[in-house]
Amino acid sequence: MRTLTEKRIRKARAASDAVPEALDEADRAESAGIGRLEGDEPVARDTVSPRPRRDAVRHAQAHESATKHVTGRARYIDDLPAPHDTLHAMVGLSEVAHGRVTRLDLDAVRAMPGVVDVITAQHIPGHRDIGPVFPGDPMFADAEVSYVGQPLFAVAATSYPEARRAVKAAVVEIEPLPPRFDPVAAAEAGELVRPTHRQVSGDWRRALESAPHVLEAEQFVGGQEHFYLEGQACLVVPGEDEGVIVHTSNQHPSETQKLVAEVLDIPFHAVTVENRRMGGGFGGKETQAAPWACVAALLARRTGRAVRLRLPRADDTRATGKRHPFHNRYRLGFDADGVILGGDITLIGDCGHSPDLSEAVVDRAMFHADNAYSLGAARVTGHRARTHTASNTAFRGFGGPQGMMIVERAMDDIARHVGQDPLTVRKRNLYRSGRDTTHYGQHVDQHPLMVEIIERLERSSDYWQRRGEIGAFNRASAVIKRGLALTPVKFGISFTAKHLNQAGALLHVYTDGSVMINHGGTEMGQGLHTKICQVVARELGLDFDAVRISATRTDKVPNTSPTAASSGADLNGMAARDAAARIRRRLLDFAAEHYRLDREGLRLVDGELVSGVGDVHHRVPWGDLVQAAYLGRISLSATGFYATPLIHYDRDTGQGRPFYYFAYGASVSEVSVDTLSGEYRVERVDILHDVGDSLNPAIDLGQVEGGFIQGMGWLTSEELKWNDDGRLLTDGPATYKIPTFGDLPPIFNVELLEGHPNSQASIYRSKAVGEPPFMLGISVWSALRDALSSLTDYRVSPPLDTPATPERVLMAAEALRAGPANAGASR
Amino acid sequence: MIEFFLNGQHRRLAAAPDTSVLELLRGPLAQRGTKEGCASGDCGACTVAIARPDGDGSFAYRTLNACITPAHQLQGTHLVTVDGLARGDALHPAQSSMVACHGSQCGFCTPGIVMSLFALHEQQRALPHQVLDNHRLEAALGGNLCRCTGYRPIRDAALSMGERSDTRPPWAEDPTLKRAVRDLSPAVAVEDQSGYLTPTTLAELTTAMQRHPEARLVAGATDLWLEVTQRLAQFDTLIDLRQVEELRQLEEVADGWWVGAAITYREWEPLLTTHYPAFAHLLTRLGSAQIRNRATVGGNIANASPIGDTPPVLLTLDARVRLAGPDGMRELPLDAFFLDYKQTALAPGECIAAILLPRPGDGHEQRVWKLSKRREDDISTLLGAFRWRLQEGVLQDVRVAYGGMAAIPLRVRAVEAALEGKAPDEQAFAAARRALQQSLTPMSDARGSRDYRATAAANLLERWRLTLARAALDEPTQEVTLDAYAH
Repeated sequence: MRTLTEKRIRKARAASDAVPEALDEADRAESAGIGRLEGDEPVARDTVSPRPRRDAVRHAQAHESATKHVTGRARYIDDLPAPHDTLHAMVGLSEVAHGRVTRLDLDAVRAMPGVVDVITAQHIPGHRDIGPVFPGDPMFADAEVSYVGQPLFAVAATSYPEARRAVKAAVVEIEPLPPRFDPVAAAEAGELVRPTHRQVSGDWRRALESAPHVLEAEQFVGGQEHFYLEGQACLVVPGEDEGVIVHTSNQHPSETQKLVAEVLDIPFHAVTVENRRMGGGFGGKETQAAPWACVAALLARRTGRAVRLRLPRADDTRATGKRHPFHNRYRLGFDADGVILGGDITLIGDCGHSPDLSEAVVDRAMFHADNAYSLGAARVTGHRARTHTASNTAFRGFGGPQGMMIVERAMDDIARHVGQDPLTVRKRNLYRSGRDTTHYGQHVDQHPLMVEIIERLERSSDYWQRRGEIGAFNRASAVIKRGLALTPVKFGISFTAKHLNQAGALLHVYTDGSVMINHGGTEMGQGLHTKICQVVARELGLDFDAVRISATRTDKVPNTSPTAASSGADLNGMAARDAAARIRRRLLDFAAEHYRLDREGLRLVDGELVSGVGDVHHRVPWGDLVQAAYLGRISLSATGFYATPLIHYDRDTGQGRPFYYFAYGASVSEVSVDTLSGEYRVERVDILHDVGDSLNPAIDLGQVEGGFIQGMGWLTSEELKWNDDGRLLTDGPATYKIPTFGDLPPIFNVELLEGHPNSQASIYRSKAVGEPPFMLGISVWSALRDALSSLTDYRVSPPLDTPATPERVLMAAEALRAGPANAGASR
Repeated sequence: MIEFFLNGQHRRLAAAPDTSVLELLRGPLAQRGTKEGCASGDCGACTVAIARPDGDGSFAYRTLNACITPAHQLQGTHLVTVDGLARGDALHPAQSSMVACHGSQCGFCTPGIVMSLFALHEQQRALPHQVLDNHRLEAALGGNLCRCTGYRPIRDAALSMGERSDTRPPWAEDPTLKRAVRDLSPAVAVEDQSGYLTPTTLAELTTAMQRHPEARLVAGATDLWLEVTQRLAQFDTLIDLRQVEELRQLEEVADGWWVGAAITYREWEPLLTTHYPAFAHLLTRLGSAQIRNRATVGGNIANASPIGDTPPVLLTLDARVRLAGPDGMRELPLDAFFLDYKQTALAPGECIAAILLPRPGDGHEQRVWKLSKRREDDISTLLGAFRWRLQEGVLQDVRVAYGGMAAIPLRVRAVEAALEGKAPDEQAFAAARRALQQSLTPMSDARGSRDYRATAAANLLERWRLTLARAALDEPTQEVTLDAYAH
């Protein structure tokens, strides 16, 4: 902040000691309108942007840590300096999927070199169950184990290798009980982690009975390992009273604070959780980061020494939950044009051994079983099956992608059935006037955007011309087959748990004019801190560099929601804006008084206070203004708060408006498939995605591209495989294959939709962008099915479970060559 | 004691034999810019670059995975890490390009990507007219996983490095550095060999092996080190093969080339590109640049994994191995080397000294097809290698070998017999497929099911038939394989 400081030094002068009157009243008036800012009333669709866009360079601001990333100076948890006597913790994991613990003999562990402490469930002073929403997740399994990889005990030793070796010395005897790995059988047997939920719109039975055509099919949609590059890690430093400071790679500091306090049986205020940045999260550090913090905190309190805990990659992969695999079924009735009239969709989420976030994950799958299409009179049922694997958890899209997969499968199947191009059938089924209410009763706002995106993409990608070329190619090519698909995305934005849709911020202006903003969101690479700094800079008329974020800390902004559900910028951006607006109003009120200026014409622009409506007649540098305000005893610190308006959902009726708005997008993928080997390549991808008025187009583009590739990986090469004993075989990057450099499509045209601000009063009319692009990857899967379908001259819509590995693609091709009866095609 | 230079600074320090470069960096050297992502050489987050004086006077920076490289292999090198590229606030082009292209999101893989870009930038500086095509980009970056960006901005960063200000790292302008590195011994000083032995001659090697029969041999360490990082093995004594002169030689003889067992994949590449393009193409899909810069074919053979990539290919080429032991040398056809799962013909005290790559005969043709879940940096689910000669319309000298289809890499003689002397028609290949099914019983594992392996292995024979049929009609063979997999 040298420039600001210099300004201050250069121009500091005595300020008036006049204090603006009735500041308290002003503050009270502000808090009455929490979350509601000027100009934030909902506007009609397709209005012009409510604010002119600032200069483009600043708008596409680079990530606030970019220079630190590329020089290696960005610190992650394991890079943090720690006291020289810091201990290293490691966790002993169950080798059995289901059983009774008959012996847990840790004497040999205690005797291992370097071991300082060993803990089990018996040593926990407070809560033993650390289930984040519902109980079911013991910090250490005690009497019974319920998955391979479940923590049984932990050690603290003087070095990382010593801790790892010590864990192996444990004598563990577990009497096996029959494990359950089949979620369908579990659902049928009523083995559920949470009750089944249903959403019904209209008389779906009658719609099915009277429909001219009915199809039904089922599919398996695989799970996904987060594969954040920085694994689970924390560093816990005991404090001078009963508390701890927890540095953790973590998307949900407040929940970790709560759980650590409950485990230690101390008040929440004794625990401070801090995170500067994560080396990737993707949902995998929403609830799955807390257990390690609890373990390290207990060891730190017991030993009085700082404790590091960093899971080795294989332990991380085994012990933590993943994206839920789903078994989906549909039975849908449609007319001769392929337009859905109604039907029945069943989604079975494989939740693993405990509820974790599965209630909301399966809910979101149900909320997205329609994707962008009206289901007509429909029933959607979601089961939460209990199996003996790690408890599946949040992962970018949070069930939404798995729900969408069933209706996208149906679109392809219906198209083959009625002999139309799948794109034609997709377009006919889109939400439109008269068919614009979802099966859970929410009116689909901005649905014409979906049509516009598809039509623009159709043109820009030359869909129909390429469709013709591909047909000709496939007729002439026996082995290599090409496929093409356009799939849309409509994704609901808001936490479906209503109370989580709130956020806080804390803004300080220091006397040199530099600004510190803290908020409840965490930075995992998505550029949230960059966007927040941009928001504050914009509100205060400052340069980006004048605003800084230190770290997310529970003692600065309390009771925060997880950084999840794509909500980071929506919620925290509004809270930060609220805090900045309060400071701005205070400063302008002060300035009007102090400089004897007309309050109406005061504003903050480019680092200056500017007065006058037409001709500017007074300018005060920001640093001077701040200095004057300080001397005038004006508070230069403010909190901000935001709660999303309008949303509600009634679980009893399965109806409501769970989402503040929808984000839209679509992608076209072309693939080439070698039908002799199952190998394939994604040759070209075109994407058009809606982010409203972008807060930062460079960051948003990065989210769209990265989300697409991650979604593509989920549906293609990323395969989770367990052996018959429930042990995960794909426990590291040697066997679990996320996309790599060469998987980037050679032609990759990605654009953000411009000129369509959010119809709801989101932060500067932008839209959330974290999760929605993930589902653009579905077009790759659909294109693979299209290529396979060419083997039957597009008469058969081949089943293709996911991930569609070369193995699955080859086996599907073999089945089609052997005849449709063997392909298990849709009836 | 290990003596080397780190970002231009002389370093001399002691380490246990089973210490990795990454542990040395993040621990005693307190250089934490280099990250651990997987500790198995698969993600590239820990990528660093080293240069050592080569015999031909070159001093090129090559990437490696610090997590699975023994710290002692830094002896006599210049190690460059992400911490050592910028000149004060002035970023190296590998860094400024990443910032300008928005190439980092969470930033955790970024140090590794920057180092791969640095090595690529060094190559471009040395050969500025070389086109930076997809092949070279993939070769440079295929071993660096990024979970956030989807790679497009990283590709842009790679392509635009040349447009950035060519800021040189501070050490690059130290005229004494190269000489100082050259002056270091390439081998750990004998009096300092505290468990990490670096013999420089075959005689020293066999003596060391006799003296330490329990010691493991290490060359590239790309597989051995997984025992340390994944299975917590502790090695009190290791014998490094990389300085053994006889194991570093490439000798041309009448019937081919004897290639020293400690020669890396990268060093094999020119020979294979000239004589066996299909084999050379396979190398582009074997591991990553970081792996190919370290790993050796000798290690791939000695390791005797059923899914090693080179053994099936070498089997079809009638390769031979030269084994060195206390009683001298002996030679063996590679076919006789693999006995059973991870069992080889190596006697105690013996090691592989060299591999004979036979000279291709007239009219010789070869195809190598590797099937894996991911094209780059993946281990074979199965691999089929085929060699033949077409003489007067019939197949001659047919060799067929598979990896991933049995407990060892295996020549399938029944398939060879079904095709030898036959015209490459549907009938002959139908017989070959039947022979294959009767000969091999693959297993199911994380990489693929038994059914898939059996089906795909048979389909590779069909692909081979189609290739021959198209060639006979002078038609392009691309249509039977995807471009990205064609060679």
